[in-house]
Amino acid sequence: MKNQKGLNREVVIKISEQKNEPGWMTDFRLKALDIFERKPMPSWGADLSELDHQDIYYYIKPVESAERLWSDVPETIKTTFDALGIIEAERTLLAGVGAQYESEMVYKNLKKEWADQGVIFSDIETALHTHPELVKKYFSTVIPAHDNKFAALNSAVWSGGSFVYVPAQVKITLPLQAYFRINQAQFGQFERTLIIAEPGAFVHYVEGCSAPVYRSNSLHSAVVEIIAHESSRVRYTTIQNWSSNVYNLVTKRALAKKNAVVEWVDGNFGSKVTMKYPSIILQGEGAQGQVISIAVAGKGQVQDTGAKIIHCAPHTRSHIIAKSISKEGGIATYRGLLKVLKGSHNAKARVQCDALLLDEQSRSDTYPTMQVIEEKVDVGHEASVGKVSQEQLFYLGTRGLSETVAQALIINGFIDVFVKELPMEYAVEINRLIAHEMEGSIG
Amino acid sequence: MLKLQNLTVSVGQKEIVSNFSFEFASGNTYVCMGPNGSGKSSLVYALAGHPLYQTAGTIILNSQNIADLAPEKRAQSGLFLSMQYPQEIPGVTLRILLYEAWAFLYPNKPKVILEERIATVAELLEFDESFLDRGVNEGLSGGERKRSEMFQLLVLQPSYVLLDEIDSGLDSDALKIVAKALVWFRQQVPHAMILLITHYGWLPQLLSVHEVLIIKQGILVAQGNVELMQQVQESGYDSYGQV
Repeated sequence: MKNQKGLNREVVIKISEQKNEPGWMTDFRLKALDIFERKPMPSWGADLSELDHQDIYYYIKPVESAERLWSDVPETIKTTFDALGIIEAERTLLAGVGAQYESEMVYKNLKKEWADQGVIFSDIETALHTHPELVKKYFSTVIPAHDNKFAALNSAVWSGGSFVYVPAQVKITLPLQAYFRINQAQFGQFERTLIIAEPGAFVHYVEGCSAPVYRSNSLHSAVVEIIAHESSRVRYTTIQNWSSNVYNLVTKRALAKKNAVVEWVDGNFGSKVTMKYPSIILQGEGAQGQVISIAVAGKGQVQDTGAKIIHCAPHTRSHIIAKSISKEGGIATYRGLLKVLKGSHNAKARVQCDALLLDEQSRSDTYPTMQVIEEKVDVGHEASVGKVSQEQLFYLGTRGLSETVAQALIINGFIDVFVKELPMEYAVEINRLIAHEMEGSIG
Repeated sequence: MLKLQNLTVSVGQKEIVSNFSFEFASGNTYVCMGPNGSGKSSLVYALAGHPLYQTAGTIILNSQNIADLAPEKRAQSGLFLSMQYPQEIPGVTLRILLYEAWAFLYPNKPKVILEERIATVAELLEFDESFLDRGVNEGLSGGERKRSEMFQLLVLQPSYVLLDEIDSGLDSDALKIVAKALVWFRQQVPHAMILLITHYGWLPQLLSVHEVLIIKQGILVAQGNVELMQQVQESGYDSYGQV
């Protein structure tokens, strides 16, 4: 199949054939395509009018995608690799110019350990063949194709992504991360991830990394579904730093059953436009949800991010902490929905969104929607907009710190509550990334 | 030596300190007093390089004119300012601040010295280690902030120390800690120049004060020994500097 731009039934059928999929998946894709074509573009949120659906490759064979040359990778991305100290072998992969990575061998052993406990951890195409009944049982049950236009698009053309299944009472103490950190770069722009935690299970899944991911193709539209069964806990950490030509339109949603805990930790850097609102449906009594996010909007960038929590049962608890930084005219928007349905008595919800503006040209908007129908609840919302103050810079100056270091320190302090949630090596990288991003952006 | 020659400090169009000349010698302790709003704080802000305070005249530190240098360059030359109301820096821990400051102030001194000093000073000031891992001044009371300032002073050991009302708004326990800190600092860093801006005589009496300066309406109106301090405490500033 020759790569071609644009989208129609033929393209979708070819994607399905290439992957040698069962009939139900082909039908699912085609139905989703119909929905995608019928649904209008969202009338709210960031401006997507420049996005041309017919000017995009919907399926690129991995072999061909690996043929890009290192010399084609933009200079800004190469300098960021330097600043972050990304090792050589990883760079080529992250930039999409390489194909193999030795450290996969390291993870083979770990994967065997996990497999011995009944954990399934593979790309989703593989799982569709090795565990068809499991995939079919859960696929698209949390995010149906008709959920929104881009979920429909993903459903029609999805390619790549992970499948994670953790059996009852199995706790994976090590984050599932580095393996995917590498493979992530090779995933297409329509990846689809499905995570199932059986009762009492625990898993921490980490995707992406702080290094910029360069794509010549400008649309990334992923779908991530989590099913957290009774008393399980799933934590999903994302760090993404897209090149500044990318529209990043992602749907993430989790279903938390009785006493289950779901946590989204979501860091958004780069891209042209990001629209992403990780959601948690607190379906069972005593379920808990937490969304901690950071969005950095730089020059020409729109970060329209937030969180959605729906309380459907008594004694459910939720906490949203959303931080944003805008600089050089960037626009960061917090858009959140908190719903507490009738019958969710003794629910407790906290929303905290803090914005930091680094200059006069930058913008921050907050749209916190709350629909609280139940009366016996405890709901709180706090919002703040601040600047790096001259007084803080002066204070640190009197201790000998240069303005660049002082500013980076203040910003790191601002996002500290987020960084603390990350695995160590990611935390280190984020601090470096912030320092690098802030170079030359002092007002 | 810190030498001010015809120093004028203004904010916008308003002149706050006029034509101030004085030589602060290393190793000496000075007290600066004056009515509220007389320009004492503005003077030390200007010395430390706050961007809102414009200066004319010269500020010679170690025979270099620092009047046009950024705050961090002045600090790197040995100047230290403790403000009356120290800023909160949320999420930036005191420990991180000290490590960053150390890297700028003592690029060639090993970190192990810093670590030893942190431990010593923590014990001296009855500092719980957890305090070091909290955001700088984040949610701290006035007294705790002053204690944190003293902690930084004792660890970083600068050569020119400007303390703006370090003894204001403290209860007696906090005041004792500040006093203990300064006495220790004086012993440890005998070559340091200390300038205390204060309204009270208690703290200066614990240190041996070399000279007292009285500022009124931005002008150095009187200077003298410790007796001058006692005089103004008894009879106020009325008899000084009829402008």
